[in-house]
Amino acid sequence: MADKVLMKGNEAMAEAAIMAGCRHYLGYPITPQTEIAAYMSKRMPKVGGTFLQAESEISAINMVIGVASAGKRAMTSSSSPGISLKGEGLSYLAGCDLPAFVVNVQRGGPGLGGIQPSQADYFQATRGTSHGDYHMIVLAPNSVQEMVNLTFQGFDMADKYRMTVMLLADGTMGQMMEPVSLDMGEVKTYEKPWAVTGTNCEREHNIVNSLFLKPELLEQKNFERFERYAYIEENEAMYEEFLMDDAEVCVVAYGISARIAKNAIDAARAKGIKVGMFRPITLWPFPKKEIRAIADKVNSFISVELSMGQLIEDVKLYTECTKPCYLCNRTGGMIMTPEEVLAKIEEAVGGNK
Amino acid sequence: MAVVFQKPKALTDATLHYCPGCTHGIIHRLVAEVLDELGIQGKTVGIASVGCSVMSYDYFDVDMVQAAHGRAPAVATGVKRANPENIVFTYQGDGDLAAIGTAETVHSAARGENITIIFVNNAIYGMTGGQMAPTTLPGQVTQTSPYGRDTNTVGFPLKVCELLSNVDGATYLERVAVNNVKNVKAAKKAIKKAFTYQTEGKGFTLIEVLSTCPTNWGLTPPNALKWLEENMIPYYPLGVYKDKFAEEETK
Repeated sequence: MADKVLMKGNEAMAEAAIMAGCRHYLGYPITPQTEIAAYMSKRMPKVGGTFLQAESEISAINMVIGVASAGKRAMTSSSSPGISLKGEGLSYLAGCDLPAFVVNVQRGGPGLGGIQPSQADYFQATRGTSHGDYHMIVLAPNSVQEMVNLTFQGFDMADKYRMTVMLLADGTMGQMMEPVSLDMGEVKTYEKPWAVTGTNCEREHNIVNSLFLKPELLEQKNFERFERYAYIEENEAMYEEFLMDDAEVCVVAYGISARIAKNAIDAARAKGIKVGMFRPITLWPFPKKEIRAIADKVNSFISVELSMGQLIEDVKLYTECTKPCYLCNRTGGMIMTPEEVLAKIEEAVGGNK
Repeated sequence: MAVVFQKPKALTDATLHYCPGCTHGIIHRLVAEVLDELGIQGKTVGIASVGCSVMSYDYFDVDMVQAAHGRAPAVATGVKRANPENIVFTYQGDGDLAAIGTAETVHSAARGENITIIFVNNAIYGMTGGQMAPTTLPGQVTQTSPYGRDTNTVGFPLKVCELLSNVDGATYLERVAVNNVKNVKAAKKAIKKAFTYQTEGKGFTLIEVLSTCPTNWGLTPPNALKWLEENMIPYYPLGVYKDKFAEEETK
């Protein structure tokens, strides 16, 4: 068994990116994820990589576009307001079919909001970070180890599918320290014949571009992209089930909320309540088939989230509103206690009525 | 029979979409001739911007990236940092470079990125139909300054070379024009020097090229050339605004 080291989420994730072959970090400081930039500024020169602090979030994501166009693995990281600024670049990454790895360590919003943990960017990540028809693969870790694993895996998925992979963490995930194994194995490399590296006057010139003025061509491009998305939905959805075998109530939660919910579920089980948890690890693609199957077995769902009812919309959508859905949430940087979740579980089974 | 004139290798066979009399074609040609003459076509990567030159990716026969409006210097930074052996240039208009992309322009210069920017200044937004640009002259009539640019309400044009000459990271800045044969020759010399500096790793180079927009200026092509000479050159004087290496030579 590999040795474990005690690391902060943000730093462990940064190290995993380097292990995944990322040698270009382009970022801009924003709380609560600045440790990533600080770590990268120390590490990148040691591994022959590039750390660049851009003049803006917009510039940082466009530098990512440049590095990705040139065929190299690139990443940027930010927190909610910064991700909004990166939106333009995320749309261009999609339109150009470029691989990229983007981290959002979410904080409370809207506006400048606060700097405490939040999950209020669920819609932004899974629906519309920016303009146009596109998706990003959205990974939601709930431990430092998972931040590491999903980062390593995320770089691979980005290259494999030529799209942006977003690691959607929160302030708690980024700041907490846990023992992690950094034994990641081999990095798989992908041919990138489309990259702009110079023609050497030996081939047709490559053009990385998202402009298609002929509508029939742009439609075709979008159709092709969505065929790829359909394949990803079929093959890449990840989730974890906890005590679901005999569950009558299903808690749905991701990230830090899932950690809190787990404690509440243990407490409820001690009281004899048959409750379990479905934790999506990929928020896009959402594990829809799996949650739809659960809807046939349980009596109700509880969405536990640090947002004003964003995740719950997907729970309702993918269970086709077949069972009641309860919302247990805090927002603005406030975090629910296990007791609050337990109370909601009891409400769902009618225990407190 | 001896060939005395031919299309540069660094241009494709695509037909340019530019309006009759527009001087973008001349500037494209100058850049391509320089790439040919320096023998760097095969290792050059160009960054197209948003505006009239958006489709320059089809015209330059080098690897190209099409960047979002104003972001070309950031994209160029990424390309150059990924593969420093490539020669990287951006081709940007005035709205792209001096309005929406001002930050990217100033900071790529401040970092001393080893890239070359070809900045085409025609004092108007051409692609969107002739709106006021950051470089529109005082009093100049455009679609969005229909009574002439009023400096009391919308301020003054940005003089990019003068502005960047105060940025320590910039290596070589020169303003040229393509309104007559003499100036076209000088423009080519400047562009060649900029690319040469980049091949020598000397840092950030920007050539501002005063260019015409007969369509949106509402002038015939010959009158547009005349307008450039009589109105733009007095406001935007031609010349070298910074040349770190010339300064070193004269020290």
